[in-house]
Amino acid sequence: MTEQDAGAILSAPLIIEYPFKRTTGPVIGAFLTGLREQVLVGSKAADGRVIVPPAEFDPVSGEDLTELVEVGPAGEITTWAWVTHPHEKHPLDQPFAWALIKPDGADTPMLGAVAADGIDALATGARVTPVWAEEREGHINDLTHWVLEAEGGAA
Amino acid sequence: MPPEISLPASLQDVEQVRSVRTPARLDYEFTAGEASSRFLKGITQKKIIGQRATPESRVYVPPRGADPELGATTPIEVEVAQVGTVTSFCMVNVAFYGSVMELPYTSALILLDGADLSIMHLIQEIPADEVRIGMRVEAVWRDDADIEPTLESIKWFRPNGEPDDPNVRIPGEDHGTGLGSWVGGVAPTEALIRNPRTGEGGQA
Amino acid sequence: MRDIAIISFAQTPAQRAVKEQNEVEMLMPAIHGALGQVDMTIDDIGFTCSGSTDYLAGVGFSFVSTLDGVGPWPPIQESHVEMDGAWALYEAWVKLQLGELDTALVYSYAKSSPGDLPMVLTRQLDPITVAPLWPDTVSLAALQARALLDSGRYTEEHFAEVAARSRKSALDNPNAQLAWDRPASDVLAEEYHVAPLRKSDCAPITDGAACIILAAGDVARSKVERPAWIRGIDHRVEPIHLGLRDLTVSESTRIAAEKAGVADGAVDVAEIHAPFSHQELILRDAIGLGEDVDVNPSGGALSGNPMMTAGLIRVGEVANRISNGTANRGVAHATSGPCLQQNLVTVLEGEN
Repeated sequence: MTEQDAGAILSAPLIIEYPFKRTTGPVIGAFLTGLREQVLVGSKAADGRVIVPPAEFDPVSGEDLTELVEVGPAGEITTWAWVTHPHEKHPLDQPFAWALIKPDGADTPMLGAVAADGIDALATGARVTPVWAEEREGHINDLTHWVLEAEGGAA
Repeated sequence: MPPEISLPASLQDVEQVRSVRTPARLDYEFTAGEASSRFLKGITQKKIIGQRATPESRVYVPPRGADPELGATTPIEVEVAQVGTVTSFCMVNVAFYGSVMELPYTSALILLDGADLSIMHLIQEIPADEVRIGMRVEAVWRDDADIEPTLESIKWFRPNGEPDDPNVRIPGEDHGTGLGSWVGGVAPTEALIRNPRTGEGGQA
Repeated sequence: MRDIAIISFAQTPAQRAVKEQNEVEMLMPAIHGALGQVDMTIDDIGFTCSGSTDYLAGVGFSFVSTLDGVGPWPPIQESHVEMDGAWALYEAWVKLQLGELDTALVYSYAKSSPGDLPMVLTRQLDPITVAPLWPDTVSLAALQARALLDSGRYTEEHFAEVAARSRKSALDNPNAQLAWDRPASDVLAEEYHVAPLRKSDCAPITDGAACIILAAGDVARSKVERPAWIRGIDHRVEPIHLGLRDLTVSESTRIAAEKAGVADGAVDVAEIHAPFSHQELILRDAIGLGEDVDVNPSGGALSGNPMMTAGLIRVGEVANRISNGTANRGVAHATSGPCLQQNLVTVLEGEN
């Protein structure tokens, strides 16, 4: 502990690390497998909707969902937020947008970071495409971020 | 059995991911609060300082600022002795992450004279298999230059040469409350536990 | 159903950082205050329930040591929820409904200051597909705010009006952390924090604690002149994945409000737990509050937002206004989780 000044309250850095290794189960496992293979996977719900990331259970009925289908990988921004000062833990170190992105063929959006030149480049409904990590291991970070299709992403 | 999953064609012939590492690190600036700060400052003066709520209530070492019997603040500071009695111990034969101790070693609960709460610390300067309940021990401090506001400034406790205490006082027994103990082998039911606030019940 | 009322409420001042106290030291004035106001001790309490989360200060099982503040010996009947204290109040209300006990003490507290709160709260997200991205609370709320703007129902001017009105109301609240009187246009002139949200659209980071005492029937009447009776209470939860929710509405709040019976009578006052300005708009609509309702006279969470506690404070603020006669029927709302994931609504009423 370090003493800040005489008579003051003591304080000290406290670092907590959770070294979790999680079992994915077959559904989320398939989603992560897809990321490793540069493929986005969703699950087909009882009402025909395709949910991304896939869910093990139907969000309405609670029944098991077992049919996984390929979606995207390009998609559309359904909502977004512009981060002027990225946090060191954020996926990008330059100003970027968080967005909910609905991959083509999916009915629900997933969260991602979108690289763009500035806030004016972003719009709800804008088309984005994923950027993949060179080395992939089956982790959400295999999809490092998304880029606007007009800004160099595949059309 | 989990249900059978049907995969898209692109993923049918590749090895499936079964687990994922998601390490997370959170950084805090921990503040000790008033009671712990006073205790740790006492340590820098090689004093062991407890706190109590009233002149009659229990002395807590290390203090946390609250008396769990009275549900009250503990504004009265009390310096306790640096000698005490081993009330329980265990021999550690397993290396824990971050531990620098040579195996085996003894970790003990030590009730310092004048305190009502045992502190946990190491017992050294005696073969591990000779440590026993009732043994009288004293604090061994680091060199003065190395004293810091941490309980590690006490390197360990060692036998102080006094004869064993034949009537090991389990904290609380003299209050008739059996704090954590089974007085006479009987579980501490409400009938046996004196309410320290109202004085009702128990075998005071 | 048994008649159960709030008979006492105490809170510590909302502060950015309570460095000089540990959690139990910070909490005790709230507990002692609530007990003292109705001349009770822990020995008069049948059940104790608390709400907190150890992630905030990074001290595992700290909720066990804070229990020392109530005097839990000989062993008391108690429980803990890792939720806002409003959910602890719900558990206590259920416990009293069983009819075996007549009184309950509910408390909650948070020391968010030691950690990086918006990042600590990412740990409540899906651990595999979302949490590793570290999307902070403000960013997620901003996604919701953008969706609300896109819906066409509200504008950034509406957000700014909520932000300005809340801080102005807080001038009358001695426990508020943020209180000022500036026009909404000043808020709109601020730079974006995480667009479309500005700093003034966001609740501050707060350390604080609160305590409520519940009593049933005649016990409540014997302790205070005008108990604040709980006429209805309900809570609901929405899916963990933001993509599965319509972020522009709060269906869980709507159902909870309906089940709690909000529409069964006129509402004089409502305390809504909205950590972001746009969320108050979503919640007003979901609860079904008319224009005539006095919303967040305390300043709400935008004026002080101790985690796990600001919801319980909303209940206490409504109870105080009923007990002092300034309101006869009020609604309190509490939320937890990202973008209003979990919501609790309770209806309080004075005795005519």
